[in-house]
Amino acid sequence: MSDRFETHEHDVLIIGAGGAGLRAAIEALAHGAKVGVVCKSLLGKAHTVMAEGGIAAAMANVDSADGWIPHFRDTMRGGKMLNNWRMAQLHAQESIDRVKELEQWGALFDRTSDGNILQRAFGGHTFKRLCHVGDRTGLEMIRTLQDRGVEMGVDVYMECTITKLLKDGDRIAGAFGYWREQGRFVQFKAKSVIICTGGIGKSWKITSNSWECTGDGMALAYDAGAELLDMEFVQFHPTGMVWPPGVQGILVTEAVRGEGGLLTNKLGERFMQKYDPKKMELSTRDVVARSIYTEVKEGRGSEHGGAFLDISHKPAEYVKQKLPSMYHQFKELADVDITKQPMEVGPTCHYMMGGIRVEAETAQTTVPGLFAAGEAAAGLHGANRLGGNSLSDLVVFGRRAGLAAAEHAKKVSAPNIDASEIERAEREMLAPFDQSAGESPYAVHRDLQDMMQSLVGIFRVEDDLKTALAELDKLKERATKVRVEGSRMFNPGWHLARDLQCMLTVSEAVTRSALARKESRGAHSRIDYPGLDEQWGKQNNITKREGETMMLKQVARPPLPDDLKKILDE
Amino acid sequence: MSEAVMQVFRGNREGGSPVEFRVPITPGMVVLDALHHIQGHQAPDLAVRWNCKAGKCGSCSAEVNGRPRLTCKTRMDALPTDQPITVNPMKTFPVIKDLVTDVSWNYEVNKKIPAFKPKAGTDWKMYQEDIDRVQEFRKCIECFLCQDVCHVLRDHDKKEFAGPRFMVRTAALEMHPLDSADRIPLVKKELGIGYCNITKCCTEVCPEEIHITDNAIIPLKERVVDEFYDPIAKLVRKITGAK
Amino acid sequence: MAELQIVGQQGFGATKRRDSWWIEILPVFIVLNSFGAYATFRAFEGKFYEWGPYLSPFYSPLIDAGHTWWKFSPALLILAGPLGFRATCYYYRKAYYRAFFLDPPACAVNDRGGHNYKGETSFPFILQNLHRYFFYLALIFLAFLWYDAVLSFRWDGHFGIGLGSLIMTVNVILLSLYSFSCHSWRHLIGGKLDCFSCSKSTQVRHGGWKAVSALNEKHMLFAWLSLFSVGLTDLYIRLVSCGAITDIKIL
Repeated sequence: MSDRFETHEHDVLIIGAGGAGLRAAIEALAHGAKVGVVCKSLLGKAHTVMAEGGIAAAMANVDSADGWIPHFRDTMRGGKMLNNWRMAQLHAQESIDRVKELEQWGALFDRTSDGNILQRAFGGHTFKRLCHVGDRTGLEMIRTLQDRGVEMGVDVYMECTITKLLKDGDRIAGAFGYWREQGRFVQFKAKSVIICTGGIGKSWKITSNSWECTGDGMALAYDAGAELLDMEFVQFHPTGMVWPPGVQGILVTEAVRGEGGLLTNKLGERFMQKYDPKKMELSTRDVVARSIYTEVKEGRGSEHGGAFLDISHKPAEYVKQKLPSMYHQFKELADVDITKQPMEVGPTCHYMMGGIRVEAETAQTTVPGLFAAGEAAAGLHGANRLGGNSLSDLVVFGRRAGLAAAEHAKKVSAPNIDASEIERAEREMLAPFDQSAGESPYAVHRDLQDMMQSLVGIFRVEDDLKTALAELDKLKERATKVRVEGSRMFNPGWHLARDLQCMLTVSEAVTRSALARKESRGAHSRIDYPGLDEQWGKQNNITKREGETMMLKQVARPPLPDDLKKILDE
Repeated sequence: MSEAVMQVFRGNREGGSPVEFRVPITPGMVVLDALHHIQGHQAPDLAVRWNCKAGKCGSCSAEVNGRPRLTCKTRMDALPTDQPITVNPMKTFPVIKDLVTDVSWNYEVNKKIPAFKPKAGTDWKMYQEDIDRVQEFRKCIECFLCQDVCHVLRDHDKKEFAGPRFMVRTAALEMHPLDSADRIPLVKKELGIGYCNITKCCTEVCPEEIHITDNAIIPLKERVVDEFYDPIAKLVRKITGAK
Repeated sequence: MAELQIVGQQGFGATKRRDSWWIEILPVFIVLNSFGAYATFRAFEGKFYEWGPYLSPFYSPLIDAGHTWWKFSPALLILAGPLGFRATCYYYRKAYYRAFFLDPPACAVNDRGGHNYKGETSFPFILQNLHRYFFYLALIFLAFLWYDAVLSFRWDGHFGIGLGSLIMTVNVILLSLYSFSCHSWRHLIGGKLDCFSCSKSTQVRHGGWKAVSALNEKHMLFAWLSLFSVGLTDLYIRLVSCGAITDIKIL
């Protein structure tokens, strides 16, 4: 083992300090493991903080008819039956306790008049199911988990990026990365590693995601030989801001519609009537996003190419109390008073349903000792995620991953780290400094975003996807030659040069999977194959690395047990 | 297209100076957009912290034209264009590089505060009127602008004082209707609330509009008075046997 | 923390702020100084504090006006009450720490710095913790001032209204608003509770706390208005009393 670098040893190493990572850390600590959490930003800034609308759990505080069964059914139907049924079942059953647990750690959700946790309506949920704190539920959740983790004594490595997972034979051995601050390298030795790195939105131009969402975890796992699942399913949230340009893509919470917001086009028509007359504005996100996109494309969009979302028919005080950050966001960034005027909204790349393939019970990947949870993992949401199901996903499967990783660490011996692997990782990282010519990583990133936005967006077609693959080859070539200026000390250009590699890997997996799936299902809409295909409904796309090439294969979905089948047939 | 002149601090622990950049202005642009434009086209190694770009994560704190601000919520069209727009790192914390400062001290202070400790045997019923106060404090996004502007930390370098952020956190715990721990002695001693002279700059800079001074610090000061400086209240407590 | 000063804003009063920050403290400095000078003069003057049914708020309650045991101005006997209430007031503290002690002069403007700063942890400022006792005292003064205001409508045993009656009434209303918007009072009436809904009595106190909280948001406004009103009320009575002007009898 190389001692040239700062080294830290843990039973369980968690990459990512969002909701899933912190929940995993808490559980692993509770089971006696020595836990380290590595995160690219400061603690408490992870993308979870931006979750607004709420956390879905069938507590039946508002609608007494709710229970895990309807929640399970909604999740499966929302995911167009492509979900891992066992994950959907565990999620619906366990999310209730996970929310109660948050409350017991100090979270303060909005209340019903009889003193329970208040729940609100959301798209695709049959009952009022989202526990929330105004429109800042994610902040409440991350602060609660952060405080709990700190209290339990978790070691947090802030502003540290992992660039490579280390292996000892087939099993996981740790990770290698750099401190963003000083640019020094660091290695972690661990018996179990959990990937909780979140999403991939930064590969698209219009996105609600932060700079961190570059698909690191998926790319790391892929490089380490793990399988990626259903990468074609990228959720475009129907309502992102569209004007002014600087705020394009910033999320407008679904809670606006949950609280009664209406969508209209420039003719003043409530166009959802045409697309989903039953659920209207509270249809699933894939449907609403496509509807807005279609309205705009057919010339009925707003001035800046969006639809109007109006909540001004509700009392101003109510809007300010229930949607405070939306009120401020529009007032300060767009000069729009949402208590008086409609918002202009349009689709924005928001969430990755696909990701690392994991076992439902343990969250373990196909690599022994490597686990994944949260947005980085796949399975729960199938072809489309319901709003509110991601926060519950984080705590349900974060906990399961933390538990399984701690148990795994108890069973295995300390791994060995291969020094040559580390040297290669170091060389890869330093390469951009040796480029004398070459372009800025920002230029390559911009072109990647433009390309993915126009060719692998909401609506897809074979020719576009093939062009995208060709473009990706060119971008990969350019990315190997990017030049980094300045020193290793807190150098965003250098950091981007590395993140770019992850984005390219993930973008390729998305594009290849999208090309393969010749049907339209949930968030994946093919203009050339507009309908559901029965055969594709029975299989998942698996992406795996074979040598230096990306291989795609289809595997049959596990059959649904009869009791769950009965639930879904109802 | 009009242009803005940005004067951005560039440097590290050893030293540094303002550097001028010209940036095209687009409608609705914020200072963080301008910094990103500089990164993307002129200085790819310009160090800036940011995450959500929507005022929800509290990462992009800096001092714009001398005022502590979230750069993602500072509109360019709200700033005078007759002079360059200056962007400097938070003064209270040591510079790491450019606009990135070492805020690790805050995380150390945070560890001193005992976590939420629920009352034994509670049924977890809570009413909105009991938590409204606390929910205001829980809006805090930990941008540390209040810590930056607080003159006790900024000018006097008094680490004996935990700073406004941690008064807010402690107030949230102390006023939680189901919490059973007593942090008031801690507030007086280890967190040093007496150093605060309630000059309210923290409240002025808070991007979440938390009334830090009126709703968190002063109520905590009054609770400290209850326990330490009010002989009559003490006597009454003794006689009635109340807590 | 800020061991290394590299951003170039060293020294007292240094700032990168572009605006005229001293505008914030200049009026405070001028008004508090002027009021202080006038109040000192009036407190020592010891005359022209009564006229007809009017009594100056600087002299109320009026103690030993006949100088049987106190040979100085009777105002000096009571001055400490209202002065102490305002001096320890959470709002005025902000105002004078900024305007007089320049600690800090304004937000993000350097104060004198130095590690010797003690804030309110040691004498004399540790006495600020006694604010609630001055609040109790202020309530007694308020009772007298309300009594005076009512008496100002009694002209030789008959009801009447003079301009002074109205001035005294407005003054005592403003003083009441200032006193009952006090931060300490807000704490005592309900702020100290962790649970508002837990019993009947805490529910009532919650109502009180909400009302005081609403007033408290305007504490600064009431602090200034009542400062002006108390000074002007005294000035009016003095001018009438010394014959410089004549009171207008309305009814």
